[in-house]
Amino acid sequence: MSKLLKKDKLKDLLGKLSDTGFITYGPVEKNGTTLFQKVKGDEVLLNFENSSKPPKEILFPQTEKMFDLTIENHRITGTIEVEMPSTPILLLGIRPCDARAIKVLDKLFTWDSIDPYYVNKRERATIISFSCTQPTMPLDSCFCTSVGGGPGSGEGADMLWTDIGDAFLVESLNEKGENILKLGEGIFTDATGDQESSTNAAKQKASDAIIRKLETDGVPEALEAAFDSDYWTEFAQRCLGCGICTLLCPTCHCFDIQDVLANGKGRRERVWDSCQYPYYTMHASGHNPRPEKMFRQRNRVYHKFLYSEKNLGLLGCVGCGRCISGCPVNIDIIEVVEGAKEAMR
Amino acid sequence: MSDNVYKPHTATITDIQLEAGGGRPIKTITMQVDDVSVRESFYHKPGQFTIISIFGTGESVFAIASLPNKDGIVQVSAMKVGNVTSKLHELEVGDKVGVRGPYGNHFPLEEWEGKNIVFIGAGIGISPVRSVYQVAIQPDEIKKYGKVTLIYGARTPADLAFKEEFKAMDTRDDLNLWLCIDWKFGPKGPTGETAAEGWPAINMAAPGETEIPDGVNKFTCFVPQLVEVVKPDPENSIVVTCGPPIAIKFITQALEKLGWKSDQIYTTLENRMKCGIGKCGRCNIGDVYVCKHGPVFTNEEIKNMFNEF
Repeated sequence: MSKLLKKDKLKDLLGKLSDTGFITYGPVEKNGTTLFQKVKGDEVLLNFENSSKPPKEILFPQTEKMFDLTIENHRITGTIEVEMPSTPILLLGIRPCDARAIKVLDKLFTWDSIDPYYVNKRERATIISFSCTQPTMPLDSCFCTSVGGGPGSGEGADMLWTDIGDAFLVESLNEKGENILKLGEGIFTDATGDQESSTNAAKQKASDAIIRKLETDGVPEALEAAFDSDYWTEFAQRCLGCGICTLLCPTCHCFDIQDVLANGKGRRERVWDSCQYPYYTMHASGHNPRPEKMFRQRNRVYHKFLYSEKNLGLLGCVGCGRCISGCPVNIDIIEVVEGAKEAMR
Repeated sequence: MSDNVYKPHTATITDIQLEAGGGRPIKTITMQVDDVSVRESFYHKPGQFTIISIFGTGESVFAIASLPNKDGIVQVSAMKVGNVTSKLHELEVGDKVGVRGPYGNHFPLEEWEGKNIVFIGAGIGISPVRSVYQVAIQPDEIKKYGKVTLIYGARTPADLAFKEEFKAMDTRDDLNLWLCIDWKFGPKGPTGETAAEGWPAINMAAPGETEIPDGVNKFTCFVPQLVEVVKPDPENSIVVTCGPPIAIKFITQALEKLGWKSDQIYTTLENRMKCGIGKCGRCNIGDVYVCKHGPVFTNEEIKNMFNEF
């Protein structure tokens, strides 16, 4: 049975979780945009547009220390110590598309080899999705329903909360969700059948409000056939190569590893990288397997709609629409993919 | 939490050999993992790669050049071209580096017993090829195979790596060694008639028709032409080749002219990598990750990949 959380009780819940050691990240408004940051309680946005940057950075930070380095006369001194914290993390209020994206990251970061930095944070994290039933959602660029998701999908989350006015209808989806219910005993109440039906109606309404559609049938076949097509030159012409489509993508996971050092003290860092940059693939010899923008844009589209499914068993696109709304030259992945299908027809 | 795959093990440089001078020198650097308890985990097979850290500068990927061993000995041949390799060339015996790996698949030498093997290396591509032939030409090992042939070319005589090893090989009658240097070195270029002294020219228009004087096995030509001169027989044979992408392309064409099939030709791809374990992205050719699915592939496998080399 579903539970209920009165909105004015949220602060109590977060306080209680904080007492048990939880660090909570939630949506806040900063400089006119929604961002996921450490929150205490009051400042959590309950009605917000999806964040401009996906919350993946909490599990896979933009820059992340791998370990400290101490160097004397070009020689390493001391041992390499890797810190792995154990504090529990609460990821509150992420959108269902971003929670589904975390499923892709989970697959990638455990694909044969375990990525300890990601997995450490992931194991510590409890994810609470907010259904996109508020008036601010869905956005014009949303198309989650075309790629297997939906504004009321709990996939990838441990709990799904749906706004029904002065309260959230709370669905616990697994053990991590049950743990939150237990920790919040006395704060959550039982939901009524009426509240459950109005939740379902709100989810359906949000789903119906999504206007953008991508017909994914036949996409893999078209992409298999279109690799050497001139089509890619055409659509990539206006691309600036800025990489924002990848940096804002909740499933993009490419990174670089760099040593950052000053006065003998420093660290090895992992930093976000993008397949849209020429240096990303350039060999030491200067040879570049993807020397032109068209090859790099093609790689992005193929990774999302062909390679990810082959290697990880999941589509690499969750339909959040950030690459569409964020592109400075209006490259629209729906148009690009449908255009490829059209070009191969 | 299991072991951190990104954490390098420190290793001490035990030997440095200057293999080739010239504008882009090559050094073979041997190191040994410091922690005795992890040395065995560095057991590697020919074709696998390692990621070396120069602490404070960064990491780079190298084909492992050492013979398989359980003593934590890792050897790489590095051409001085980038930040990490430039720093590596400055290091001295006793200096510390970091190593992780070994990663990737390997050349299936065990499947080639009874077959003839032709090794073809172009430029620094000789390094991964050497990782296989130095195993195959061990006195006990070479008996398992048929005819063993080694073809190698570099830009200039100064760029030829492993000269001492080749001198030793030249005296052996159980393997056939062929060397060449590029026309770029000669005064007249690919269509000219002049070759380097002691390195007779190959007829570039029809290399297969060149008359080879007895006892000469060093020429001025590109590696693909030398392949046409040597004419390795595809019957019951395997090729192992590596080099710059353009060289591999023309070597493959030369082999195809001689009747070789693409599943007889093995190569190793060396795309840019950071993580070595299929996470960081960049080494993919279509849906194939060079670090995970390779780096060793047959030409048949490569033909089935998307064309983005």
